[in-house]
Amino acid sequence: MNKTLVTAGLLFLSLISLPAQAGKTLDSIRQRGEVICGVNEALVGFSVADAKGEWHGIDVDVCRAIAAATLGDARKVRWVPLNKMQLFPALQSGEVDILSHNVTWTMTRDAAMGMHFTSIVFYDGQGFMVARKSGIQSLRDLENTDICVQSGTTTEKNLSDYFRARKMKFRSVVFANFEASIKAFLSGRCQSYTTDATSLLSLIQRASRTPGDYVVLPELISKEPLSPAVRRGDDEWFAIVKWVINALITAEEEGITQANVEQQKVHGSASAQRLLGHQEDTGKLIGLDREWAARAIAAVGNYGEVFDRNLGAGSPLNLPRGLNRLWRDGGLLYAPPIR
Amino acid sequence: MALSPSLDSEIRRPRPRPARGIGRWLRHNLFADRLSICLTLLIGALLLYCLPPLVDWAIVKAVFRSDSAACRLAAGEGACWGVVAEKYPAILLGRYPPGEQWRAVFASALLLAAIVATCRWINAGKILIFGGLTAIFGAFALLRGGWAGLTVVDSSLWGGLPLTLLLAIVTVLGACPLAVLLALGRRSQLPVIRRACGGFIELVRAVPLVSVLLLVAFLLPLFLPAGSSIDVLWRVMIGLVLFAAAYLAEVLRGGLQSIPRGHLEAAAALGLSYWQTQIHVVLPQAIRATLPALMNNFISVIKETSLVTVVSLFELTGALNLALIGDVEWREFYVEAYLFVAAIYWLLCFSLSRYSQRLALRLRTDRSF
Amino acid sequence: MSAPSSRRPSAAPFSWRNLCYQGALLALLGGLLFYIAGNVQSNLQAKGIASGFDFLLQPAGFAIGEGVFPYTAGDAYWQAFLLGIENTLRVSGLAILASMLIGSLLGLGRLSNNLLVRGVCTAYVEIFRNIPLLLQLLACYALLTALLPGIDEAWQFGHIYLSKSGLALPVPQWLDGHWQIDYPQRHRFAIAGGARLTPEFLALFLGLSLYTSAYLAEVIRAGLESVGKGQREAAAALGLSHAQTVRRVILPQALRVIIPPATNQFSSLIKSSSLAITVGYPDLVSIANTSLNQSGRAIECITLILLTYLLLSLLLSGLMGMFNRRAQRWAS
Repeated sequence: MNKTLVTAGLLFLSLISLPAQAGKTLDSIRQRGEVICGVNEALVGFSVADAKGEWHGIDVDVCRAIAAATLGDARKVRWVPLNKMQLFPALQSGEVDILSHNVTWTMTRDAAMGMHFTSIVFYDGQGFMVARKSGIQSLRDLENTDICVQSGTTTEKNLSDYFRARKMKFRSVVFANFEASIKAFLSGRCQSYTTDATSLLSLIQRASRTPGDYVVLPELISKEPLSPAVRRGDDEWFAIVKWVINALITAEEEGITQANVEQQKVHGSASAQRLLGHQEDTGKLIGLDREWAARAIAAVGNYGEVFDRNLGAGSPLNLPRGLNRLWRDGGLLYAPPIR
Repeated sequence: MALSPSLDSEIRRPRPRPARGIGRWLRHNLFADRLSICLTLLIGALLLYCLPPLVDWAIVKAVFRSDSAACRLAAGEGACWGVVAEKYPAILLGRYPPGEQWRAVFASALLLAAIVATCRWINAGKILIFGGLTAIFGAFALLRGGWAGLTVVDSSLWGGLPLTLLLAIVTVLGACPLAVLLALGRRSQLPVIRRACGGFIELVRAVPLVSVLLLVAFLLPLFLPAGSSIDVLWRVMIGLVLFAAAYLAEVLRGGLQSIPRGHLEAAAALGLSYWQTQIHVVLPQAIRATLPALMNNFISVIKETSLVTVVSLFELTGALNLALIGDVEWREFYVEAYLFVAAIYWLLCFSLSRYSQRLALRLRTDRSF
Repeated sequence: MSAPSSRRPSAAPFSWRNLCYQGALLALLGGLLFYIAGNVQSNLQAKGIASGFDFLLQPAGFAIGEGVFPYTAGDAYWQAFLLGIENTLRVSGLAILASMLIGSLLGLGRLSNNLLVRGVCTAYVEIFRNIPLLLQLLACYALLTALLPGIDEAWQFGHIYLSKSGLALPVPQWLDGHWQIDYPQRHRFAIAGGARLTPEFLALFLGLSLYTSAYLAEVIRAGLESVGKGQREAAAALGLSHAQTVRRVILPQALRVIIPPATNQFSSLIKSSSLAITVGYPDLVSIANTSLNQSGRAIECITLILLTYLLLSLLLSGLMGMFNRRAQRWAS
């Protein structure tokens, strides 16, 4: 009996294959043949899976671009949907290589929670969503009301700060789980729900069968720069993620699109040719080959295309570019030169 | 505590008597004394008031087909069982890839069969353990894939009923050996071992399962050397096993205490060593005596697995929320969906608890068992 | 489960082998601890994660929806934790009282000679015991938020309002040097003032009470059944009145059987109150979880949870031990 047990136990253990992970992120990505990307469970425009299990969104495209740059194939990504609670442990423990999860870049997170933010992919601000029929017009109307918010977020703290500064009272209704908090709001438990304004618009899209039932109040109360984050202690991987994002922004500046990337490689401006690896091998600076940026752009397009497809005119959200325009158009996007 | 005046007749449950005439039966069971008459009338009125609208809601005016427009039309008056008709794959199997769902179905069937077989042949000992391990092994292999042309399905996509069953069975089977060691250790004559085991048991029993789950989700990765990571499913299983082991150990301790001292002395007289005594004399009796309690523990574990949704594993309860929240069409009908999932849990737990009661009775009456 | 025997394991005669066993266990545990501590330290260092309990003194920065202690978002983390403990104790204390009441009624009902009473009580016990508490809590919360009216059409009973934002009650308040009553008032978008029992609290309270009372009913039934018929007949023969029989004969024996498993039930109720996290009630675990996400101090926050529950469990077993002794003395 003992022998059977031992054999069975060993078989069992062998099935629990522990995914071992080498020290350097890029090495282990190459070894396993896929990038493991932690994304939001469901947020239209940022990351959401359709009925066929295909993922879409700006955060998703960032990961695709990285997979294309590092592995040569944008499809080689394993998606790990994470809620707010699992977010940071998942990155710290090495469960995911990159957190592309509409996370706000803050000093505490950057300096004391074991991660590095790479490069801002979306500038957002915190807003409030209310039911249209409630008649609430502005934040002043929210005094003494119940406000639904997800725990552990920057939103939660901004909310307190804002009301405290104005000596207004409110009651927070806090859930650890995103679904639970949005469910509470939709059931009428709270007069408003607060998070990043863009996320609110995305929520309205799927919150109700008639989107006009909910509106976002005009006031935004905070800065929410959203950026992918990587684990501390691997500078090479940090650089790759940062420069892939910068490459997408630079591509927009240079007018390189998904469609014309091959043509630009030879006929584009000097800096376009440099970016696409025709004139210079920028890839070897970050441990990749010279085609890295060309592949990333060919896979998802430049930043503008990514934005339009997921959040802008080409999407149900139809957001204006706003702060997320290029610097030369009056926005905040400004990629350091790639040379 | 207020005891009623008719305590004498209440304290013993009346034995069923051959009814002689319906009037007599009614008088005996419903109108025995003044209090009884009042209660009968009160409860009867309440039932008459509540039951018809309930039946109306659940059956007469309910919508059974998967048609959300019809459901919304009937909202408030009739139940929408259409949500079950529409969503049952998502509730029962979670996010398991649609093309591969037959594997999850087979895995659940295998695990359910293992539970039934355990109850049927509770005496079989070795064969049972072997069978149980085979079932778990088979369920794992089916769910995970990666052999015979089956695609690998990542454990983050497992969910619903197979995950509930898998977690419960793995937890109990994994906890058993640990619990035996802990229970023996707690009764050991060696002070260090006794204290260590006792300390572990008391510590674990003092804290809530949620905190243990948070611990394995957040802290376990920090406890391991840098660069190694364990999938969250395995971490949760480790947490569940350690948690259940402490409770099982206490159950087993009760069984160990029931063994007459004479048996130990007889074993000593035969020259058996400590481990020989435990394995051949003490444990078989102790485990047999505590089988019903072990069964009850298994029921608790099944219910407790629902807590893993806190760390985002989508077993039955979690899969239910996942299936409904994302779908604007069906989100409103969660009451019906809750009832559906509750019915599954109830069937599983109630039949097991009935079995455990029967087992207890059999143990008390059948000495040879 | 059999009662723990008072028989202590006799001390083993001294032997080198036993000493070796114990030494090996100590070495193993020590080694494990050392291994974990080493890993933790190197992990924290390598990943640049801050650690230490000093964060408890820093401002928490997040608001907490309910609690009796005054707390604002500017207060320190330790005050937030204290509020969490207070919320845990409040909901568990009230739920223990309610479940005792419901459980006693059900336990008596299951022994009733009235078929209808027995049937209803049995059905209740079998239904509530065999469905996970978490599911019951979620259903409770969903039902409460669905069935209660919105703020604009809140049900009003005098100065009491009941709506989706909970039960608003008048509450005496110490203001400007004298007591006055703080009445809830209806505004256009909110009900302000007064004390509030939120739907989160109500759902958790109801769920915990209903679930635990099903278990307590069984405990109480078993306790009463354990007192044999002969005892009552003997009491009657001695000429004791009914009240005397209950107090001197039945309760002392029944309580001896009831109190230990009831203590277990209460202890598991307190532990189950940690499911608050799923219905949005700010109990200790939920606040610790928020703090963990805000400050990144996972080890510290989870240690605080574990220590607090350990303390609560010691406290409860002490209290119930005292109650047990008191009950025996009262009866004899």
